[in-house]
Amino acid sequence: MDQFVILCFAVVNSIALLALISLGLAIIFGMMRVINFAHGEFVMLGGYATVIANHAGVNLWLSMLVVAPMVVGMIGAVVELLIIRRLYGHLVTTMLATWGLSLFLIGAVTAVFGNTTMGVSAPLGNIPVGAYSIGAYQLLLIAITALLVVCSLLALHWTKYGLIARAAMQNSEMATTLGIDCDRVYAATFIIGAAISGLAGALLAPISGVLPHMGAAYVARAFVTVISGGGALITGFLSAATILGPVEALLSYFATPVVGQASLLLLAVIILRLFPTGVSSLWTGGR
Amino acid sequence: MLRQLKHALFPVALVLFAAFGPFVLEPFDLVNLSAFSAMAIAALGLAFVWGTLGILNLGHSVFFGLGAYAYAIAVSNLGDSTLAVLIGTLLPVAFSLILGYFLFFSRLGDVYLGVITLCVTLIFYSFMTSTADPSFHIGPVPLGGFNGITAVPSLNMPGDPQAFLSTEATFSICLLALAGAYILLSFLRSSDAGRIMTAIRESELRSELLGYDIRFYKLVGFAVSAAIAGLGGALYTAVMGFVSPNVFDLPQASQFVLWVIAGGLGTFVGPVAASFGFQLLSSQLGANQIFNTELIFGATIILFVLLAPQGLLPMILKLSKPRFQNRSGILRRKEKPA
Repeated sequence: MDQFVILCFAVVNSIALLALISLGLAIIFGMMRVINFAHGEFVMLGGYATVIANHAGVNLWLSMLVVAPMVVGMIGAVVELLIIRRLYGHLVTTMLATWGLSLFLIGAVTAVFGNTTMGVSAPLGNIPVGAYSIGAYQLLLIAITALLVVCSLLALHWTKYGLIARAAMQNSEMATTLGIDCDRVYAATFIIGAAISGLAGALLAPISGVLPHMGAAYVARAFVTVISGGGALITGFLSAATILGPVEALLSYFATPVVGQASLLLLAVIILRLFPTGVSSLWTGGR
Repeated sequence: MLRQLKHALFPVALVLFAAFGPFVLEPFDLVNLSAFSAMAIAALGLAFVWGTLGILNLGHSVFFGLGAYAYAIAVSNLGDSTLAVLIGTLLPVAFSLILGYFLFFSRLGDVYLGVITLCVTLIFYSFMTSTADPSFHIGPVPLGGFNGITAVPSLNMPGDPQAFLSTEATFSICLLALAGAYILLSFLRSSDAGRIMTAIRESELRSELLGYDIRFYKLVGFAVSAAIAGLGGALYTAVMGFVSPNVFDLPQASQFVLWVIAGGLGTFVGPVAASFGFQLLSSQLGANQIFNTELIFGATIILFVLLAPQGLLPMILKLSKPRFQNRSGILRRKEKPA
C-alpha cells in the first residue's frame, strides 16, 4: 500500500516536472511556432539567479518566486531585442540562432561562475508515508505547477491580453488589420515565456543544484513534450506530459532513469508517427 | 569542361596533400590533421543532407558517435580494422533507416525534425554515460560509462591485425577518405537522384506532385549522410585511440552545424574548409578558461546567422561576382509562422 502511494506520487511528480519545465517553452512555441533552443539555459539562469540572490541574503521564497523570473524575463527581453526580432518569419534560422545563444550562455556562465555545482538546501521537511517519506517541497512543487498551468489557461481564455494573443496566434494578418501590433505580442510572449522558464529553474534549484550544463538535463524532455503536444497552446503540452510522464516515472522506477528517458523519447517519436502535428491535432483539427 | 576541371580542383588538392604531407609535416601535426579530416568527413555528410536535401538534422553527431563506438567495439572484438571500419559505416546506416522511417514517413516539418534528431543524440549521450558498470560490455570490451572505451587499436593492414599502419599512412588514408567522400557526394548530387533531391529541397509539394516519392529520397539521402558520418566516426576513433560519450553531446552536435553554416549551406568545399579552420581555432583555444569553446562557438553561430546567413564561401563568391542574385544559405526559404 505504501509502495503504491509512493508510486502514484512518483507518477504525479513526473507529470508535474514535465509540465513545469515545458510551460515556458510551450508558450513561446504555441505563439511563435519557434522552438527556443536556449530554453534549458533560461532554466539554468533562473537557478543561478535564485542561488546568488539567496547567498546575498535575500529570502529564499522571494528569490525563487520574484527575483528569478524578473532576472530571466529581462534577459529574455534583451535576447528578443537583439536576436529574435531580427529573424521573425524565419523559423529554422531563429532556431539556429537560439541554439547559438544556448551555447553562448553555457560558455558565459562557465566563464563567470566556473564549472561547479552551487546550491541551496531544500526547504520544508519530509512527510512520512509508512516506511517511506515524501519531500514536502516536492508536493509544493506539484501545487505550484498546477497553479501556473491553471493561471496561464485562465489568462489565455478570460483576459483581454489572452484574446489578443490567441488572435495573433491564429491569424496574424487578420489580427494586424484589426490594429493589433503582432510584433509586440510576440515580444511580450517571448519575455513571459523566458520568465516562466526562469521560475522553473528557480523552483528546481533546491532539488538539483545549479551548474552551467544543467539545462541539458531538461531540454530533451521539454522539447519532446512540447513537440508531441502540438499546436494547442496549453492543452497540447499538458496532454503530452500526462501521456509521457507516467511512462517515464514507472520505467525509471522499475528499470533505470536512463531507460525511463529513452522510452519517453521513443514514445514521443511513435506519437509523432501517428499524429505528425502532435496529439492536440485530435481536437484542434490538425491546425 | 572548364567547370568540371574546377570541380576536380579540390579533391586533387586533397590527394596531393595526402601524398606529400607526410614528407613535410611533423608527426604531431599529422595526427591532428588526420583527426580533423575524419571530422570533416562527417561534416560533409551533414552538408549533403542539409544542403542538398534540405533535411535539418541537428543530431548528425549521433551517426558520427555510433560509427565511433561501432569501430571501437568491433576492432577490439575482431582484431582486424578493415571490417571494423565497414561496421562503423553500416551500423549508422541501419539506425538511420529506422529513425528515418519514423521521421520522414510521418512527414515531420523542419522544426520538429531538428528537435527530434537533437533529442536522439542527447539520449544516446545520457545512455552512454550511464554504462560505467562492468556489466555493460560487448565481447571483452566494457562500454566504460563516462570514460568511454580506451586503448582502441588503430588501423592495420587489411587481413593482418598485427601490422599497424604508421602515422603517415593513417594520415594519407584519412585525407584520401575525405577526397573520396567529397567525390562520391558530388557525383551523387549531380546524378539524376541528386537533382530530384535538390528539387525536393526547393519544393516538397511540387516534387511530390510530379510523382516523386519524397519520403523515399529523403530516407536514401539520410542513410547516405549516416554512412559518411559513420565513416568519419570510425576513422576518428582509429586516429585518436579512444571514444567517449562526448561524441554524442551538445557541443559535438553543434560543431557540425556550425561548420556547415559557416562554410555555406549548399556547398561542399565550404564546410570542409570551415571544419579545418574551426578545429585549428579550438585546438589553439584549448586550455583557455575565459574564452571556452562553447562561448566562442555560440557567439559565432549567432553572428553567422545574423550577419552572414549564406556562409563564408558564398559570401566571398558574391563579393567577387556582384550579379550573384540567388538567395542562398539558411535564409533560402522565407517561412511564415503557421
